Amino acid sequence: MFDFLDLDEYDLFGAFWTTIQLTFFAGVGSLIWGTVLAAMRVSPVPVMRAFGTAYVNIFRNIPLTLIIVFCSIGLGQTLRVTMFTDGSVDPTNYRLAILGFVVYTSAFVCEALRSGINTVPVGQAEAARALGLSFSQVLRLIVLPQAFRSVIAPLANILIALTKNTTVASAIGVAEAAALMSEMIENEAQLIPIALLFALGFIILTLPTGLLLGWVAKRMAVKR
Amino acid sequence: MTNLSVLYDAPGPRARRWHAVYAVVFVLLFLALAWWVYGELDDKHQLDGEKWEPFINDGNVWTTFLLPGLRKTLEAAGLALVIALPLGAIFGIGRLSDHWWIRRPCDVVVEFFRAIPVLLMIVFANEAYAQWSTVDRDIRPMYALVTGLVLYNASVLAEIVRAGVLSLPRGQEDAGRALGLRKGQIMTNVLLPQAVTAMLPAIISQLVVIVKDTTLGGAILSYQELLSAARLISSNYSNTIAAYTVAAAIFVVINFLLSQLAGWLERRIRRGTRGTGAVVAQGPADLGDGATGNLETTVAPPAPPATVAKG
Repeated sequence: MFDFLDLDEYDLFGAFWTTIQLTFFAGVGSLIWGTVLAAMRVSPVPVMRAFGTAYVNIFRNIPLTLIIVFCSIGLGQTLRVTMFTDGSVDPTNYRLAILGFVVYTSAFVCEALRSGINTVPVGQAEAARALGLSFSQVLRLIVLPQAFRSVIAPLANILIALTKNTTVASAIGVAEAAALMSEMIENEAQLIPIALLFALGFIILTLPTGLLLGWVAKRMAVKR
Repeated sequence: MTNLSVLYDAPGPRARRWHAVYAVVFVLLFLALAWWVYGELDDKHQLDGEKWEPFINDGNVWTTFLLPGLRKTLEAAGLALVIALPLGAIFGIGRLSDHWWIRRPCDVVVEFFRAIPVLLMIVFANEAYAQWSTVDRDIRPMYALVTGLVLYNASVLAEIVRAGVLSLPRGQEDAGRALGLRKGQIMTNVLLPQAVTAMLPAIISQLVVIVKDTTLGGAILSYQELLSAARLISSNYSNTIAAYTVAAAIFVVINFLLSQLAGWLERRIRRGTRGTGAVVAQGPADLGDGATGNLETTVAPPAPPATVAKG
């Protein structure tokens, strides 16, 4: 049944490895940029709040596909953004895809964190202020650590979503799992086994993430 | 901590000066970035009047490309939602069944389709239609796109329906049983009609996800929706940046309005005195593009009665 699986011809593990890499780099990037955005959205400086709100409302509502395609055609081909590569197409598109994922996913990370901040009891921040802590100290030392612990489950959902979203990179020719699946479907006559194989691949990637982080979320939850 | 100003003291004169400094520094950084982008765009002649002017002066851009594209986007999204809703309801109710041989298969199907990228389903559906059906080549992308979207979104909607039904007070089911209704009757006459209210905001949020996902059809199957329209415009007028920016703006407007509608409905239901006041949470989990992941669809508690005196 799996005689189509000629691993010399099709680099199955390489493709999924690319998917994992995309997920990893985009995930780390979104976590950092999303946290910065969340800090902006709750900051006492109105300009930063406005920027954070506008950013989230814009990029949450643009289709990821459009962002990724724009990264390749708009940034890459038209504006000649090379993302510190030598300018050849494949590595540039790979990095531009990561940039696109970060731009999109960080809006969701920001919203998740902001709702996490909402779960921290008012008394925590009030006590911190009573001790004379400044805004950045309140946020860094008191509120964000608690907020992060309560949003592990939503962040895990975002990570799983990101894993699945990396397939969109195939639209700009990044050689990840979905691109390989399209290629194999084109060349081999066994549609169902191929589709099941790739479905299984994504289930193997997403299911343990969900279970593991769900367990971590339960352990880390702040008991109140 | 809904009022976020609790995070910082009311600014005194010194804090106000510092905030002003931060604001100025931030604006300067932002302007520097904007200036750099402007320079890049201008350098590549992307800001020339002739690249943007067709969107204002040339009606063709709208009548030939953007509006038909938008129509196709909304067509595919609407069709996907209309087909996915009843399917989702069936599977959602199936997961609540008392019989394990109904419940388990529904569980498996829903979890399976939620774990897989929509894009894979669309690619698969496209090839499946090509091999095993007589669907015409011209209409096939539409079929494939809608099929993929339905498979994924039905499983997400199933979770929403389940959470909606579970959000109702137990008394509703007990009362139905006391009246001698059968299980099916309780579901269709008592539980579902009330659950629809709780589900409505989440369903509209899901529509945003569907609208965004239709672009996959444009990117990989050459379904002529809004993203494809932008590509055609950019090749006709060689105004890549302008074309994609306008398309993105249209998406932002549509999805922003839908999200606002969902938020407004949610607040209205929470405030309302008629229903149970429970709403299926849509919070930060309503991600785009097959993004809902293993969404633990939760139910937000109803707001406390407004009449309770504040101590």
